[in-house]
Amino acid sequence: MDKMKEVVLEYIVDEYLDEDEDDEVSFDSPLISSGIVDSFSMVSLKRFLENKYSIKLPDEEATPEAFDTVNSICMLVNRYLG
Amino acid sequence: MENQRIGGNRLSNIGSYEERKKNFNWDIAKDILDWKDGELLNIGAICSDRICGQGKGNKTALIWEGFGEKSAKYTFDDLRVYSNSFAEFLKNQGIEPGDRVCIFMDKIPSLYFSFLGILKLGAIVQPLFSAFGDESLEVRLSSAGTKAILTTLKHVKKVRKIQNNLPALEKIIVVEGNPDKLKEGEIFFDVENSPKIDALDVFQSGPETPSVLHYTSGTTGQPKGALHVHNSVWGQALTTSWVLDLQDEDVYWCTADPGWVTGTSYGIIGPWALGATQCVLDSGFTTSRWYKFIQDNNISVWYSAPTAIRALMKDGNELVSEFDLSSLRHLASVGEPLNAEAVLWGAEVFDGLKFHDTFWQTETGAMMITNYPGMEIRPGSMGKPFPGIKAAVLDLATHEPIQEPGKVGLIAFSPGWPSMFRQYWKKPDIYRSKFVGAPDDAMPDELRTNPDLWYVSGDRASIDKDGYYWFVGRDDDVINTGGHLVGPFEIESALVEHEAIAEAAAVGKPDAVNMEVVKAFVTLKPGYEPSDDLELNIMNFIRKRLSPLAMPQEIEYLDKLPKTRSGKIVRRYLKAIEWGEEVGDISTLSDE
Repeated sequence: MDKMKEVVLEYIVDEYLDEDEDDEVSFDSPLISSGIVDSFSMVSLKRFLENKYSIKLPDEEATPEAFDTVNSICMLVNRYLG
Repeated sequence: MENQRIGGNRLSNIGSYEERKKNFNWDIAKDILDWKDGELLNIGAICSDRICGQGKGNKTALIWEGFGEKSAKYTFDDLRVYSNSFAEFLKNQGIEPGDRVCIFMDKIPSLYFSFLGILKLGAIVQPLFSAFGDESLEVRLSSAGTKAILTTLKHVKKVRKIQNNLPALEKIIVVEGNPDKLKEGEIFFDVENSPKIDALDVFQSGPETPSVLHYTSGTTGQPKGALHVHNSVWGQALTTSWVLDLQDEDVYWCTADPGWVTGTSYGIIGPWALGATQCVLDSGFTTSRWYKFIQDNNISVWYSAPTAIRALMKDGNELVSEFDLSSLRHLASVGEPLNAEAVLWGAEVFDGLKFHDTFWQTETGAMMITNYPGMEIRPGSMGKPFPGIKAAVLDLATHEPIQEPGKVGLIAFSPGWPSMFRQYWKKPDIYRSKFVGAPDDAMPDELRTNPDLWYVSGDRASIDKDGYYWFVGRDDDVINTGGHLVGPFEIESALVEHEAIAEAAAVGKPDAVNMEVVKAFVTLKPGYEPSDDLELNIMNFIRKRLSPLAMPQEIEYLDKLPKTRSGKIVRRYLKAIEWGEEVGDISTLSDE
């Protein structure tokens, strides 16, 4: 789980934050509600998770709340890892 | 503002739609604002100085909340002083009347102050959506010859990437963030911690003085700048009064970003011209955050978008009941057609209140076909033309108004309403192409004042026997996603800049929440193979270059794209397949 959190966090920092972004992002940092990841960009984040972990996340589970922190994202992914 | 009551029942501002239609003239807007002949027609002053002059300087103008418990309230006197300060600062920076000044920031208070300040100075405001990537930004700043950009430390990085390609851009002004992080040549201006300018010589604008330049996407070519003038305020104020029904005691929330026209016409100009209190939530979307915002601020009038409403629906009825939303009294929607299910859902969860769908465009500047308080709502219908607006649906072939109920045609309007756009920035030929029957050499001023022409909106609809309009779809390839128009050409141009892509076509595909999302069809260059990772890479490439809205949510790899014999990609064919429609005549497609 910790490894997964690091992978997801690294992806978010690489893809959604600028190189010299001031804010530190942790496993608990709000992503959607803070505006770091907007609702349209959630689609590419979901696609990353599906590709990386060879899973299919149902659209109804991919809510802004479920995607709001690295912790909540990894909980969701773990449920579909079987 | 009027506040009529009979007994215990409040009457809407519009009263009877039919009566208003019979006795309409645009001067009613002046009566509503208690406007006197000879007053200065400047939107910046109308929305701040004028309200203070009516003795409402201490009334709350803006209730603002950001992410992480940040909040602030501002009175109309604050609006007056801070917009003065922006105007004075920009003047000292060499900005002159007629110059284009871009606002490129999130929905922070300085966005609203600077919008009014730029207008008070007589310059033209060019608001751009802060989620735009550097390429989208460059295209629009280059087109407008923008002289200054107001932004924040968060967004200035995108400006830095492109500033060398923009010779007209003289000033990069950062209004929020750590000033120590600015680069050489950038200017910091924190309006709330700068000397307050109490008195300002507001630019003596007139009805035809340019005010706001909003960029909008078309099927072909890059986005075009729709130029508005200060005279637009009459259309915006009157529709705000009659359709949104704002009254003096209301607390109003327009959820739109001022990077788009709804966020300026109805998130700044209309409500503040009427002296209304409005709320702004500058944080990411979550259902519970939105409901809490309504509850905490006792919002009574709420103007939102179908995409947001459908996202709220998706999260269910139970969540609604966890909040006290009894302050709501009137709901409206704009952006794309509001489906009947969403109207009925609103009535179910918001104590019988139905969302009132409104139809208009960047070019029209104000609402054109809408549902009105007190008028029967037919769920799924766009409603009826605003009083004073002559609308029709035109036959697709003859361009004559259709009389037959239910027959689909092009939505069109007879020119002459106050908030109509005055030109596409330096593109008179494209402006002319929007008018049916326009002489080949007609200039914008002749076109927009000729009631014998029809301005064609680019959307299709039918009219039922009772005069209600029913939206059918776009008449072109423009993609309406989440209520925003995205041009396929702009996406395709960016796609072929990706190292793996040889050719590309972008179309809208159906989506339950956003109405449409972007789907791309691509062919790959030799040496590249289709894969899930490549798809994700392309998606992120477009998201960063253009915007999250323009990002394809699906990419299909093809060996070749359908083309005409002359080599033009046939999007129509791809879109028809995507929507499960008849592909029509394909005899002109190339066999190669």
